[in-house]
Amino acid sequence: MSQATDTTVREDGVIDSVSGPVVTARDLDAKMNDVVYVGEEGLMGEVIEIEGNITTIQVYEETSGVSPGEPVESTGAPLSVDLGPGMLDSIYDGVQRPLDVLEEKMGSAFLDRGVDAPGIDLEKTWEFEPEVSEGDAVEPGDVVGSVPETPSIDHKVMVPPGSEGGEVTAVESGELTVEEAVVELDSGEEIQMRQEWPVRQERPTVDKQTPTEPLTSGQRILDGLFPLAKGGTAAIPGPFGSGKTVTQQSLAKFADADIVVYIGCGERGNEMTEVIEDFPELPDPQTGNALMARTCLIANTSNMPVAARESCVYTGITIAEYYRDMGYDVALMADSTSRWAEAMREISSRLEEMPGEEGYPAYLAARLSAFYERAGYFENINGTEGSISVIGAVSPPGGDFSEPVTQNTLRIVKTFWALDSDLAERRHFPAINWNESYSLYRDQLDPWFEDNVADDWSEQRQWAIDVLDEDGELQEVVQLVGKDALPEDQQLTLEIARYLKEAWLQQNALHDVDRYCPPEKTYRILGAIKTLNDEAFDALDAGVPIEEITDIDAAPRLNRIGTTPDDEVEEFVDDLESEIAEQLRSLY
Amino acid sequence: MKEYQTITEISGPLVFVETDEPIGYDEIVEIETADGQKRRGQVLDSAADHVAIQVFEGTEGIDRDSSVTFLGETMKMPVTEDLLGRVLDGSGNPIDDGPDIVPDDRRDIVGEAINPVSREYPEDFIQTGVSAIDGMNTLVRGQKLPIFSGSGLPHNDLALQIARQAAVPEEEEGGEGSEFAVIFGAMGITAEEANEFMDDFERTGALERSVVFMNLANDPAVERTITPRLALTTAEYLAFDEGYHVLVILTDMTNYCEALREIGAAREEVPGRRGYPGYMYTDLAQLYERAGRIRGQDGSITQIPILTMPSDDITHPIPDLTGYITEGQILVDRDLNSQGVQPPVNVLPSLSRLMDDGIGEGLTRGDHGGVSDQLYAAYAEGEDLRDLVNIVGREALSERDNKYLDFAEAFEETFVEQGYDTNRDIEDTLEIGWDLLSMLPKAELNRVDEDYIEQYYVEDVEAEVTAD
Repeated sequence: MSQATDTTVREDGVIDSVSGPVVTARDLDAKMNDVVYVGEEGLMGEVIEIEGNITTIQVYEETSGVSPGEPVESTGAPLSVDLGPGMLDSIYDGVQRPLDVLEEKMGSAFLDRGVDAPGIDLEKTWEFEPEVSEGDAVEPGDVVGSVPETPSIDHKVMVPPGSEGGEVTAVESGELTVEEAVVELDSGEEIQMRQEWPVRQERPTVDKQTPTEPLTSGQRILDGLFPLAKGGTAAIPGPFGSGKTVTQQSLAKFADADIVVYIGCGERGNEMTEVIEDFPELPDPQTGNALMARTCLIANTSNMPVAARESCVYTGITIAEYYRDMGYDVALMADSTSRWAEAMREISSRLEEMPGEEGYPAYLAARLSAFYERAGYFENINGTEGSISVIGAVSPPGGDFSEPVTQNTLRIVKTFWALDSDLAERRHFPAINWNESYSLYRDQLDPWFEDNVADDWSEQRQWAIDVLDEDGELQEVVQLVGKDALPEDQQLTLEIARYLKEAWLQQNALHDVDRYCPPEKTYRILGAIKTLNDEAFDALDAGVPIEEITDIDAAPRLNRIGTTPDDEVEEFVDDLESEIAEQLRSLY
Repeated sequence: MKEYQTITEISGPLVFVETDEPIGYDEIVEIETADGQKRRGQVLDSAADHVAIQVFEGTEGIDRDSSVTFLGETMKMPVTEDLLGRVLDGSGNPIDDGPDIVPDDRRDIVGEAINPVSREYPEDFIQTGVSAIDGMNTLVRGQKLPIFSGSGLPHNDLALQIARQAAVPEEEEGGEGSEFAVIFGAMGITAEEANEFMDDFERTGALERSVVFMNLANDPAVERTITPRLALTTAEYLAFDEGYHVLVILTDMTNYCEALREIGAAREEVPGRRGYPGYMYTDLAQLYERAGRIRGQDGSITQIPILTMPSDDITHPIPDLTGYITEGQILVDRDLNSQGVQPPVNVLPSLSRLMDDGIGEGLTRGDHGGVSDQLYAAYAEGEDLRDLVNIVGREALSERDNKYLDFAEAFEETFVEQGYDTNRDIEDTLEIGWDLLSMLPKAELNRVDEDYIEQYYVEDVEAEVTAD
């Protein structure tokens, strides 16, 4: 978290009562959302309610053994994050304390309490290259220079939004720490590489625009059927075991964003460990550098203090906004927003607030929508354009989508990827239900796909949707009378739909090749299935019996396209298509 | 240590006391009744002049004249390697007439979260000898894999079978590597069930490498909230101080959650779903997340919590929240049980999230992942067809469909069924898997690499297997 500026004026109070993560204090002079240090051990907390002389605080650390009468100190500043080079390739807890630094400071694998650390290394030096010179006029948001933060990302140093701007009077360059002045202004203001920003406040922008470019994900069902825009919002609800985390991680690995902020909010410790171990080794499909070079991880596992779970999504989105201000496309994954909502519920019930639906606080919907509204395709105050795409996992109790968190999320997001436990049980992954899911970005993204992939992208997709729809209806009949009772053309449609599901919609996240499928390949696989469809119906019309058509040995090879390396796909599909045509035509 | 005789209210498991000095949150309290009985409790709420105390051993016999002593510290578990072989009650006191326990250390039972950067990702295969687990839902060291069961199902037999057979590869090779220990935490199980476990532990000699915590059905319910914490604190000590590979079996988590609900209701908290407290997810996570491995340490904690789903409902809050925290689940199925399949594990809704990293070339066998996926897909298809058969009959189905139906049947009878005393190694399990897959035409095997099909597919197996 941000603590580099030591606030000297501290108002002292005394603890009045302790109940789990909620502590009340007497005689504390603090504003709403101010950060306070609680008790002899100085546990970090935030003011969440003020009533007369009593201030209520949510504490971000375990409160065992804390007793009334112990002191409370206010910092007088709201919960803020440190923004500056060094955030990428880092892993933070919910209040931006770097976990590796904590491990070192605590000397233990277990998280002790009362230990604090700055969000970015204050000692480390960075090679600053100025982009302004003396005499230039700068305004808030303007880029004054850059720092090679990681092999993938040039970190732009900007005039903070709160600055008054002015004329540049001095410019530094070379190896500097984040607290040294890199540029001085005529107002006497010094610009550093590091800025602070309160997490609950949106960073300013000029304008929000309609997104027109897809955030390609390398996942066939997403790019092909339910695309997400750069600057868009998506929700992935699903019962446990349906693959929320695997989908989120695939997106974090393969989405064509410049920066990825991955928030593990109240989830499993081992999952975060997996990310920490995998990401430094895996290459970013866009740049070839290690994935970690574009990733910032925020880990607040389910057994870490609940109040910090509430704050971690804000910490994450503030970091995302900062990189957006530099003109980058940022993708933020929050896994899972339900845990965040539950943290709100827990705090709310300790405050004895009047509960809304299912015990969630009445402000649940407002908080969720305010969070998702921080996503978008923006014109920044420095004139650049940047985007934040937010993908939130939702964990509905019992897999029931009618619960408040899912419903309130669906009212806001424009892309809905519904995970399905039936599909997961038969190991159809990604277990995204193609009948229930939707994307409202489809139409505005079609021009991009048509320009960049293929002219008939949207027509071909519509064909796939029609077949899948028809298959859905036919399956109901099949359940009653069996497949063989259907007319031959419908049997053939079922067969085609089977290939759509097995060869196109299914994708193996663990296979070295199949885990990432570029849009061109997505298009080719679908094209190959359509070739089978067209040729097979021609054969059927020519009187060939259905058994002979479905028996051709070229067709099962459709299932192997996914695992064919990208540079061999063209040839493989060309061969396969002509072979399918040849084999079917030889039947009549 | 100050003694108070200022109890103002006694309500269910809670006692409210007026105090004139600050009392720490979570602090341990001793209450002495008029007739000299001592009870222990814990501070749940601490305000300047009064506290709420949750009494572990029940509030019977406590009156307003009882004296209350605050011990000035949070609940601790005395830990030592000598605990192995001992039987303790739900509060950690020995009940086996053995010698006094001389602790090496006293550890806070709440435990601290493992820093995610200090964890090591679990990827060492544990061979349980149960095909439905090893083949389809592989357990790895450091995983938390619960058994979801129902009342009257043989989940205990399965848990015992795993505890008995769970050999780790390095142990088999002899000598090297860490030793294996079992921690058994019983919460509210019946004396008969407890005897079943104890008899088995004694019969197989497993007791020597076990620590048993017993809170029986007639023991105080509130005590159940500390029993698993004592067990896990002991496990952490053995794993991360003494280097043991610890397997923790907790049964029955449903009783634990009932105790949480009881306390929540007594405190008049706003209830969450079905009356369970809103913080149950966090509370359960604080137990389940105490499994895992730590970088640079030899030991590990693997957890197998057992829970009985009320009316077999997997969407009930207890299995639901558990499933969201744990790394998969093993589902014990009523239908399979009534068919006599032992162990009656339904593999379709079962899952092991850590499986993919624990199997494959060099760990188990290269074809393991593909075989498992293919078995899943084929069994799911066979299961689907069973509904249809009930309506139209087998004759109305195509040859392909009939093959899948036969497959599903054979899968249950030869792969899942093995009995509680059979210990199959992974090679056996995969071999049975290939025998089954070979009932299907090669072209149907789209989840297995072609090379493996060449290597393992058994030609002409059809007649052989169906004849069994």
